[in-house]
Amino acid sequence: MSTTTARHEFAPAAHPTTWIGHLRGLLERKLPYEKLLPETQPSYVASWIYVFGVATLGALGVIVASGAVLAFEGPAWYHVSHTGLFFNSLHFWSVQLFFFFMVIHLFGKFWMAAWRGNRAKTWITGMLAFVVSVGAALTGYVVQTNFDSQWIAFEAKDGLNATGLGSWFNVANLGQNLLIHVFLLPAIIAVLVATHVLLVRVHGVVPPIDAAKVEAPPVPTVPEREGVR
Amino acid sequence: MELALRLSSDAPHYLSWGWLSVSVPNLIVIGAMLALFVLALVLPFPGNRRKTGDRS
Repeated sequence: MSTTTARHEFAPAAHPTTWIGHLRGLLERKLPYEKLLPETQPSYVASWIYVFGVATLGALGVIVASGAVLAFEGPAWYHVSHTGLFFNSLHFWSVQLFFFFMVIHLFGKFWMAAWRGNRAKTWITGMLAFVVSVGAALTGYVVQTNFDSQWIAFEAKDGLNATGLGSWFNVANLGQNLLIHVFLLPAIIAVLVATHVLLVRVHGVVPPIDAAKVEAPPVPTVPEREGVR
Repeated sequence: MELALRLSSDAPHYLSWGWLSVSVPNLIVIGAMLALFVLALVLPFPGNRRKTGDRS
């Protein structure tokens, strides 16, 4: 029997004995493919207020893509050439739209109490993503390598020094801020946003507060149905 | 273009109410976010026509 054949004949054990098996079982229970990639959404999702979360994700995609171009070409390119100035502006304005959409998304979720229905972790990861994004924006402003970045850095350092953070985070240190901006904070944001989106898939999109009166009750699981009989 | 450059290079005008101080550009952005939030609540979503018997 070849290795290839054996791989095709593999069948997962009914009762996993390893942590990988337990993880697979957990994912199969909490996040089946129907939840991970749903084709339909509840009727209340057909509202403009539900658009701003995915608009924020779209803006984040443009930020990452334009930032990657800026990182490859460098400031000697994006401060001088027309194409570089275009990508520099694209990066800047996608950040503006990112925060614009994220704040409206936050308004909507706050006023519909989006932490209802066991969605506290979804709310917390969203808030953490917002806070870390503010740090990414600040470090982005101070690594522009122009007079604007110098002004912002020397205004920000007074505030940070007043809190004591200045002892280990120095906004006038270009190297430190550049690495934090292009690697550390994007990595944290990527993990937080991925977790946030997966939690939305696990728990579903939060309904409006008055939707509970009109939405159908959840379909009972197989054990619940069998328990009734 | 010259107007845009002049507006972006000049120091912004600030409005102050007691302890609160906000620049006019920031106030415009905050107002735009609030306006879009309200519009998102009241404007109908395209394709969201209610069918007969639909409980939503």
